[in-house]
Amino acid sequence: MGKGKTIAEKIFSRHAGRQVKAGDIAICNVDFCFGQDGTSSIIIDSFKKLGNAKPFNKKKFYMVIDHSAPSPNMAVSKIHQKMRNFARETGVGMYDIGEGVCHQLIPEEGQVVCGDLVLGADSHTCTYGAINVLSTGVGSTDLAITLASGKNWFRVPETVKIIVNGKIPKGVYSKDIILHIIGLFGANGCTYKSVEFYGEAIESLSVDARLTISNMAVEMGAKSGLMKADKKVLSWVKKHSKRHPRPIKADNDANYIEVTKLDISKLSPQVACPHTVDNVKSVKKLKDIKIDQAFLGTCTNGRLEDLRIAASIIRNRKIHKDVKFIIAPASKKIYLDAIREGLVNTFVTNGCTVLSPGCGPCVGTHCGVPADNEIVISTANRNFKGRMGNPSSFIYLASPATVAASALTGKITDPRKYL
Amino acid sequence: MKLKGKALRLPVNDNVNTDYVISGRYKFKITDPKELAKYIFEDIAPNFYSRIKKGDFIVAGENFGCGSSREQAPQTIKAAGVSAVIAKGYARIFYRNSFNIGLALIECDTDSIEDGDLLEVDIKDGTLINKTKNVKLFTNPIPPVMRKLLDDGGVIRHFKKHGGFKF
Ligand code: SF4
Repeated sequence: MGKGKTIAEKIFSRHAGRQVKAGDIAICNVDFCFGQDGTSSIIIDSFKKLGNAKPFNKKKFYMVIDHSAPSPNMAVSKIHQKMRNFARETGVGMYDIGEGVCHQLIPEEGQVVCGDLVLGADSHTCTYGAINVLSTGVGSTDLAITLASGKNWFRVPETVKIIVNGKIPKGVYSKDIILHIIGLFGANGCTYKSVEFYGEAIESLSVDARLTISNMAVEMGAKSGLMKADKKVLSWVKKHSKRHPRPIKADNDANYIEVTKLDISKLSPQVACPHTVDNVKSVKKLKDIKIDQAFLGTCTNGRLEDLRIAASIIRNRKIHKDVKFIIAPASKKIYLDAIREGLVNTFVTNGCTVLSPGCGPCVGTHCGVPADNEIVISTANRNFKGRMGNPSSFIYLASPATVAASALTGKITDPRKYL
Repeated sequence: MKLKGKALRLPVNDNVNTDYVISGRYKFKITDPKELAKYIFEDIAPNFYSRIKKGDFIVAGENFGCGSSREQAPQTIKAAGVSAVIAKGYARIFYRNSFNIGLALIECDTDSIEDGDLLEVDIKDGTLINKTKNVKLFTNPIPPVMRKLLDDGGVIRHFKKHGGFKF
């Protein structure tokens, strides 16, 4: 057993002001916290229940309206109004409709930097692990406690080390890698644990592509999905944030509960089949699965390079007549870049529906709820029964390339022949 | 604290996610937990709400409560009159959320428990008796931090009572 520490142990030690190790309970200072429109209403209620509470730091708490934005009905409008009023009353931060998905905005706006400890009232908060941030999802009341005190308690997690080696084949993307890993580990494979991702395949990916991997760490139960801060990460963070990064590296003799090595040089595009994220198959095995809808977007795959891949596949080709192809850029900045690059033009000309930046139909609140028995192929991170608003529909998860290729043929399609 | 009620099984055993507990369709529309409770488990077990009698237990397998961080999930379970969930294991956000709002989660091997079995749970000493089958089951002790939150009536009360965390 090594005496060294994992990234999680070091970040928790830094924020607890004392040395802690896996299994310890630590009360830590939190660098940044936020809620979204599905969780902020209860954050506000719980915060008020604390009585006379004040935000610990107005600049370190944001509310994001992204899950149902713009509001599809009166009840949601009321929640949005409550959030806006609370922001006005207390002076805390707010990203209103049209700004984008929380997990894109928060790193893109430079709110979080390497070495931070971050809490979000959203389960995919683990996304920023890709830029060396220990960020994790909590519920609304936990978040309210942090909003009032700047702190929360944590059980320091054990860490699973996953080393992804091999040259990434053509047509295979970070989404395929993480789907493959989730298929291997299962939905419960890393519950309560922190994951550290290493290896030449990870290093070869852009920071945007790495965010896709960390984003889905929670789909195997993990508390965080961490990566080291290499040159790419440091220059990405510098570009986006004025704050000073304080990267954390694991010790060479750190203690891991499990170490898994993978070689992905022969991996094919992967698809998560209904109704669980760990029901993963190679696209080659899925024959003649007709689709009614394709969706490109979300905190998993709504970034500029995702839009570029999809546009390159559908450019000068026709979307299948029976397919509705819906696209939601993950942020306003991405949307503007996509307009500048002509991607939006390609999408709209070819018959896609482009939504305003936000979660889009990911969580079934609006903008693309499937009908009974309809089949959707999506770049999102969850395919639970009913996730997109109809329990009688079927959701397959795949990379932007696979989704775009499937939109062309009207059935789940290996994207490699279109590249 | 002794809890008594019957076991309610779901058509899904492992990985019951929080979307299944309460669908995103409702959680964005309805803010009153009592009202939300009427739609509990609707996507996997329509009309489940009508089967719940106050004090009953939800019984499931591994990784209960995985997925979304929605606190409406434990809130809905509590508001539906369920006294505790009994499962082999829980996803971490759901686990915290439940104790934070004062919903007890019991961890034990649930394979032998059938729908409708009458159960008696002692939160203090961790005993679980299946009255119908007349067997005693071994439960994992609730960790001290969670016990403290439960005893204080949830994290808000805990925080107010001690002026911060006190474990
Ligand atoms: S895009 Fe989907 S998974 Fe991501 S934050 Fe929005 S609802 Fe959640």
